[in-house]
Amino acid sequence: MPKQLITLIVNGRRTEVAVEPRWTLLEMVREELRLSGSKEGCGTGDCGACSMIVDGRLVTSCLMLATQVDGRDVVTIEGLAKNGRLHPVQQAFIDTGGVQCGFCTPGMIMAAKSLLDRTPSPTLEEVREGLAGNLCRCTGYAKIYEAVMHAANAGK
Amino acid sequence: MRTFEYHAPTSLNEAISLLQEHGEAARPLAGGTDLVVQMKEKATKFAAPSHIVSLLRVPELSGVSFSESEGLRIGAGATMSQVADSPIIRERYRAIAEGAALVGSIQTMNMATVGGNLCNAAPSADIAPPLLAFEAEAVIVGPSGRRKLALEEFFLGPGKTALAADELLAEVRVPLPPPGMGSAYDRHTPRKQMDIAVVGVAAALTMAGERIERARVALGAVAPTPVRAPQAEAALEGQAPSDELFARAADVSAAECSPIADLRGSAEFRRHIVRVMTKRMLREALDRARSG
Ligand SMILES: Cc1cc2nc3c(=O)[nH]c(=O)nc-3n(C[C@H](O)[C@H](O)[C@H](O)COP(=O)(O)OP(=O)(O)OC[C@H]3O[C@@H](n4cnc5c(N)ncnc54)[C@H](O)[C@@H]3O)c2cc1C
Ligand code: FES
Ligand code: FES
Repeated sequence: MPKQLITLIVNGRRTEVAVEPRWTLLEMVREELRLSGSKEGCGTGDCGACSMIVDGRLVTSCLMLATQVDGRDVVTIEGLAKNGRLHPVQQAFIDTGGVQCGFCTPGMIMAAKSLLDRTPSPTLEEVREGLAGNLCRCTGYAKIYEAVMHAANAGK
Repeated sequence: MRTFEYHAPTSLNEAISLLQEHGEAARPLAGGTDLVVQMKEKATKFAAPSHIVSLLRVPELSGVSFSESEGLRIGAGATMSQVADSPIIRERYRAIAEGAALVGSIQTMNMATVGGNLCNAAPSADIAPPLLAFEAEAVIVGPSGRRKLALEEFFLGPGKTALAADELLAEVRVPLPPPGMGSAYDRHTPRKQMDIAVVGVAAALTMAGERIERARVALGAVAPTPVRAPQAEAALEGQAPSDELFARAADVSAAECSPIADLRGSAEFRRHIVRVMTKRMLREALDRARSG
């Protein structure tokens, strides 16, 4: 199948990409745009490691076709740090030790950022719900929830 | 994934023409949370489509709207997040908002559409029992125009609907709930989020004073399609609500469904859960009907 040209905004920058119709958004971002922060854990929407924000909404990029983001706005984990400064959620994960092997971390941080954008002062229960689509094999989640609560408080 | 040609029509007519042109080789794509997963599976149940018709840009399918004269319209392309967050649905059609809020994670809800949930026709589809309890109608569009079908007649079996290959589900119409109606939906799953219903139960009760004027009970994951429980409804109507009445109706609904056994539970276990969940949803619907 011939490639198709799409235009989108990735991390604030207008980008043109030639994509194969069968590529997922995740494949395009990792393999064509060479932004490898987003991970593929399951490929079936279950683990959240591939989470990105499309038009302001959190999605699993392994289930979205690249062609479906034509004309849209995509934010990946690489887009969070500004002027060499980490996003408060990223900083909080470091400060509280919410990272072990790090595989789930980009997705966790995208989900946490998206939650805090909607709910700046979440309860622990809201944090649990907001991250329910993100699996971690290492930390047991306590440190991750702590990091998000910490970032919320830091943002006040 | 096998390769395919991608089409992004910008009107309903254009989408239908594409489906007509490519017939069985074409497949509509909405949020992709069922279809993309299926297309990635090596042994797919259906022939891998060679044409994908994306519905993302079809404006006729989008959004939720409401009027006192026409009731509720949910576009097939409305996402579960839009439905779960809609103030009018939360207020007047509570069970529908509850069903939408259960579909996977935030990520899933942001992508998954009502149309995709219904057209994928899983017996466990969480938006189906609440819509059945509200007696929703499917509005179907094809080359020869529009037709309406009671949602009950839309589901034909697991993965099977009344849609022809060149037809699309355009929207769902839900009648205005009568005054004094309360509704509720919940499901039983081992895990609270990110799981598929072992049993789902929706109930809607309309009270006239101290009598149940109208009762609707709908069940998910206990038959080849989502179903109403007409005998349980009949047992409730005209009666004064009580724990004994609800227990009796729950026994009836457990007896009239036809669950299968699979890795999520035996048939007997499912009947037991239907009984427990029906009682619970009836009580919840009654409380909500009373508190207006
Ligand atoms: C992680 C995860 C968790 C999930 N959890 C749940 C859950 O808890 N409960 C639940 O019910 N489901 C769940 N699902 C399944 C899925 O998210 C829903 O069924 C969803 O609503 C499907 O909508 P979609 O827009 O993604 O459909 P798609 O995958 O785009 O399409 C599904 C099917 O419908 C057809 N279709 C779509 N729109 C139309 C239309 N307008 N007219 C005709 N045909 C159409 C497609 O051709 C396809 O066959 C889950 C999925 C994932 C990945
Ligand atoms: S890789 Fe997308 S959800 Fe697991
Ligand atoms: S830190 Fe290893 S998977 Fe979460």
